[in-house]
Amino acid sequence: MSRVTLLALQVLVAVVTLVLWQVLSTVPVFGKVLLPPFFFSNPVDVFSQIVKWFWTGVIWKHLAITLWESILAFVIGSAGGILVGFWFARQPRVAAVFDPYVKMVNALPRVVLAPIFALWFGLGVWSKVALGVTLVFFIVFFNVYQGVKEVPTTVLDNGRMLGMNERQLMRHVYWPSALSWMFSSLHTSVGFAVVGAVVGEYLGSAAGLGYLIQQAEGVFDVAGVFAGMFVLSAFVILIDMGVTAVEKRLLVWRPTAAARD
Amino acid sequence: MAMTEPTAVALDGATVAFRLADGRVYIAVEQANLSVDHGEFVAIVGPTGCGKSTLLNVTAGLLKPAAGTARIFDRPLSGLNRDAGYLFQADALFPWKTAIDNVAIGLEIRGTPRTEALARAGRWLTSVGLGAFAGRYPHMLSGGQRKRVALAQVLIRDPKILLMDEPFGPLDAQTRQIMGNLLLELWTADRKAVLFVTHDLEEAIALADRVVIMSAGPSARIIGDWRITLPRPRDIAEIRMEKDFHALHREIWGVLKDEVMKGYVQSTQAGAA
Repeated sequence: MSRVTLLALQVLVAVVTLVLWQVLSTVPVFGKVLLPPFFFSNPVDVFSQIVKWFWTGVIWKHLAITLWESILAFVIGSAGGILVGFWFARQPRVAAVFDPYVKMVNALPRVVLAPIFALWFGLGVWSKVALGVTLVFFIVFFNVYQGVKEVPTTVLDNGRMLGMNERQLMRHVYWPSALSWMFSSLHTSVGFAVVGAVVGEYLGSAAGLGYLIQQAEGVFDVAGVFAGMFVLSAFVILIDMGVTAVEKRLLVWRPTAAARD
Repeated sequence: MAMTEPTAVALDGATVAFRLADGRVYIAVEQANLSVDHGEFVAIVGPTGCGKSTLLNVTAGLLKPAAGTARIFDRPLSGLNRDAGYLFQADALFPWKTAIDNVAIGLEIRGTPRTEALARAGRWLTSVGLGAFAGRYPHMLSGGQRKRVALAQVLIRDPKILLMDEPFGPLDAQTRQIMGNLLLELWTADRKAVLFVTHDLEEAIALADRVVIMSAGPSARIIGDWRITLPRPRDIAEIRMEKDFHALHREIWGVLKDEVMKGYVQSTQAGAA
């Protein structure tokens, strides 16, 4: 399929969906509107709500807050995951002692932590960051741990025979390997940083996209809920594109599925 | 070779044992005596699984012998063998470094300034015929090209001893010959002590000054040591046609054949158990 055909078909799906939505929520079929506007709103209202947000500029503040929370959650969670991942991988005894607790905490659905974090860190930015950190940390931690553990013995022996000391092995062998594993999960961990921020906002805050959606829901403003969802999707897609660009730059050395012989 | 130089590698009664998962002790190599003179090319040949690589790892200092000693240039070996460069059978290049960075790393970790290390790495890549591939990552190179980079990576550090573990094993027949000739060419220019492990007797005779034969494992022993007096410089492909080559091959194969059969029987029995 050529790029143009693909793009045309993709646009077609969106157009059909939007038209169906608009028609079914405004035009009665056999005397009955299939999608009552009260529950489903309609694309025109949703779109005008989005335009209004951007036109008046209210949305920017919320976007900035959510972005800031996501970035903080990602950076802190990743840093923690890298440190602990390295530590555990290089000290198997420490890893063995902590293993059941790591599994236990990771098994916990993070949403239940939100009230605790709100209590500890207040309703501001930090309770959302904390929630995102608990999500990001484990993904990065597991991947870095794997990455350090899975360095092929031959590559490691080669490093040793070339005269590397522990510090140089760390820099030239363990670190790049761990990083490649971490980057392979970058999309997931960035996505979870945003999830943490939005869920945290939804459960209690005064700003952010989650707050915006929660507010609209509180007054049965369905158009507002959908508008918030669309802005959120666009926001995540934009971030994801950024991640892809970073990934392409940093993982040039890795064979892609297509290039592998 | 010159008697004034101390022996590069001297294994004396080296025995290597592994503890198996079920607690039993597996003796891989028993009482191996082996010496490699300075500038001498020694090939070790033996049936699959006879502990050739084990012996190489002892010489590299990656494995400690359970009994016996290893001396490198007359000093007892403790820890890694800092005089040795090791060319591995499997891919051992750093996949996250380009060809030239892979070659330069051996100098960089020694403290050579990066620009100088890169310049020298570039020259080494040229001498292994990969001058145009400096910026490629290992996955963009063919198996033979990766071996060339690995060879340059090892040789740039100018090790006094070169340890090679079936380095051309995974390559196709033509590439093996080309790599063999490249190796001989580089070795002739700067004679290092070489310990070359292979299961291919023809390759061993074509390359080496001495061919050492090991018996089938477990408890593999060194059971033969032949001096290869074929004239140098040699061409791997052409030397196989010579009469002297055939005579040597027949003689050594007579000993090796029994061991190969023993090794085969043991490996099939182990597989059935």
